[in-house]
Amino acid sequence: MTTREENARHRGDRAAERSETTSTDLQDERLRSRDGVRGVVTDIVERARGGDLGVIPVVVGLVVIWTVLQILNPIFLSSANLVNLTLESAAVGVIALGIVCVLLVGQIDLSVGSVSGLAGAVLAVLFVSEGLPVWLAIAAAVVMGAVIGWVYGQLFNRFGVPSFVITLAGLLAFLGLQLYVLGTKGSINLPFDSGLVNFAQLAFVPAWLSYTLAVVAAVWLFVSGHLHARERRRAGLSARGTSVLAARSVALLVVLAFVVWYLGQTRGVGWMFVFFVALVLIMHYLLSRTKWGRAVYAVGGNVEAARRAGINVKAIYTSVFVLCSTFAAVGGILAAARLAAANQSSGGGDVNLNAIAAAVIGGTSLFGGRGTAFGALLGIIVIQSISSGLTLLNLDSSIRFVVTGVVLLLAVVVDSVSRRSRTSHGRA
Amino acid sequence: MTVLSLRGISKTFGAVAALTDIELDVDAGEVVAVVGDNGAGKSTLVKILSGVHPPDSGTITFEGREVAITNPSAAQKLGIATVYQDLALCENLNVIQNLFLGHEVRPLRLNEVAMETRSWELLRQLSAKIPSVRVPVAALSGGQRQTVAIARSLLGDPKIIILDEPTAALGVAQTAEVLNLVERLRENGLGVIMISHNMADVKAVADTVAVLRLGRNNGVFKVNDVSTEDIIAAITGATDNVVSRRAAAREGAAAHTPQEGRPS
Ligand SMILES: Nc1ncnc2c1ncn2[C@@H]1O[C@H](COP(=O)(O)OP(=O)(O)O)[C@@H](O)[C@H]1O
Ligand SMILES: [Mg+2]
Repeated sequence: MTTREENARHRGDRAAERSETTSTDLQDERLRSRDGVRGVVTDIVERARGGDLGVIPVVVGLVVIWTVLQILNPIFLSSANLVNLTLESAAVGVIALGIVCVLLVGQIDLSVGSVSGLAGAVLAVLFVSEGLPVWLAIAAAVVMGAVIGWVYGQLFNRFGVPSFVITLAGLLAFLGLQLYVLGTKGSINLPFDSGLVNFAQLAFVPAWLSYTLAVVAAVWLFVSGHLHARERRRAGLSARGTSVLAARSVALLVVLAFVVWYLGQTRGVGWMFVFFVALVLIMHYLLSRTKWGRAVYAVGGNVEAARRAGINVKAIYTSVFVLCSTFAAVGGILAAARLAAANQSSGGGDVNLNAIAAAVIGGTSLFGGRGTAFGALLGIIVIQSISSGLTLLNLDSSIRFVVTGVVLLLAVVVDSVSRRSRTSHGRA
Repeated sequence: MTVLSLRGISKTFGAVAALTDIELDVDAGEVVAVVGDNGAGKSTLVKILSGVHPPDSGTITFEGREVAITNPSAAQKLGIATVYQDLALCENLNVIQNLFLGHEVRPLRLNEVAMETRSWELLRQLSAKIPSVRVPVAALSGGQRQTVAIARSLLGDPKIIILDEPTAALGVAQTAEVLNLVERLRENGLGVIMISHNMADVKAVADTVAVLRLGRNNGVFKVNDVSTEDIIAAITGATDNVVSRRAAAREGAAAHTPQEGRPS
């Protein structure tokens, strides 16, 4: 007797009939069928009820914030201001991407601000004062970031010191090192004619290329979705219908084309922002489609289970700390390029908190094991919107700090509440 | 056919002789229940078989060859899989992700389709009742989690599977579900070693009962030839005491009443 028949025998005739026509993964009679676009919507609503909110809170939050700020100051949603907003997002957004990774394994890095400031300082000293080629200065700053992360990993793995203490020490030590590297002058300007500054301030994607990239993204989404669906159907599994896939691609195309068109009313899409989005996509791939990504989520969910599954837990921690500090260094380089200078306050002030807030606002759980790379993108746009909107209103940075603090608190509350809701709906 | 046999296995921890001169045989398609009081040495025996601790003396024969199980991966390679009592699942990951954790297909571009297909195969092999493999494990019942843990241990095509207290934390219906699974494992020709505290479970599913007492063999019985009273007597070392008398009384009543609260 084949397994299929045997199955049918155990489930009764009704199920047997189903199995003739139904995919392997939909045979359980308790599953309600979810076809087409409506099924997708029902799915999202149910998941949200169970506390699996995904990006819903941040999208809702963004709409509210944009509406309020636009009412307060009609310039806020102007093309010029939004172009600026995207450019300002990139540096801290890259740092937030690293924070997402450490939060996923249930750890934290409080020193990203200092590390970014130090990276900016190292870049400026090597490039301007020492006269090294710019690529070498960049490489040195990035490698320094990686080494810092590696040291954190060693301290964490060998001595079991909590990461917030290690990185709190790092915060202070690397701030000191930054001041030392900058020397008595305290500020080094980057030449305006260098490629780096040009990249951060003046380099915009030509309109035709922007539209082409939008089309490529939409087509790629459809083709990859279609191939995946075909592979699933061949294996006898359920798959998204072509109409759903097409609707998804068209929606993406419309959104991207609108963004490109609107930003194109003034300067357009900056290369630095494209660079940030590219990093987000790469991290999204690594986290969701590789063995390493699975291990990261597993370590954040249940370290002991990860260890018993044969995962090298220490290596995962190290890789994540290295990644976070490296992203912090890259963010510091972008910030220096954007400002065309590295100074004593680079990476200071609210950089640290904005990066962490962006990750959390973007739906990364402080409890580990939950979050996505796209969260960093959405989160930093929220943070930057608040900052930009309040600056437009000529409000003091004191008020900006308070508002950002309140938004962060809201995000953390949403995280905790949805976690509780997940527990009570058995989705912890 | 005897797959696994232990002869003269001993293990001491400092001054404590945890196991002395243990013998145990497991056939293919046989469920052997290992029972014993707290501290009798059950967990130590599991650890020796799963490669956590090496035995001090004695021989382990696996499929006719004498083997040394020096570490957990050696045990897995031989074909001895262990499902620990705490299951070790990641609540935030779904069923497929848990099943393949650490053994993902195509590390740099995960082959989700292959993993999902194989997951359904495994679950079907166990006639498991899991509505969807794409829900996080946190959304599953205790019995379903046990199913996932057992299915995961089947991934490496083991010959022997060791279950440590598989029903200890479960309610009545879920216990029945897990016992069904054990039945499936037997039908699939695996040798099963089930550590248990629960006589009802043992009587329901085991072929053979091996009793440990104070680290020694205290009888190996065919389940059909032995009463609960006798097993309990072997566990406690007493022929007549409160526990065995009440157990006997309970067994008489069992025909009329459904299963009651279990000791843990
Ligand atoms: N790692 C260890 N170190 C010292 N003593 C141990 C260790 N593991 C088990 N023992 C001792 O061995 C005996 C048997 O324990 P165990 O195998 O856990 O029994 P059971 O699982 O049947 O309750 C007990 O007396 C226990 O204290
Ligand atoms: Mg024990």
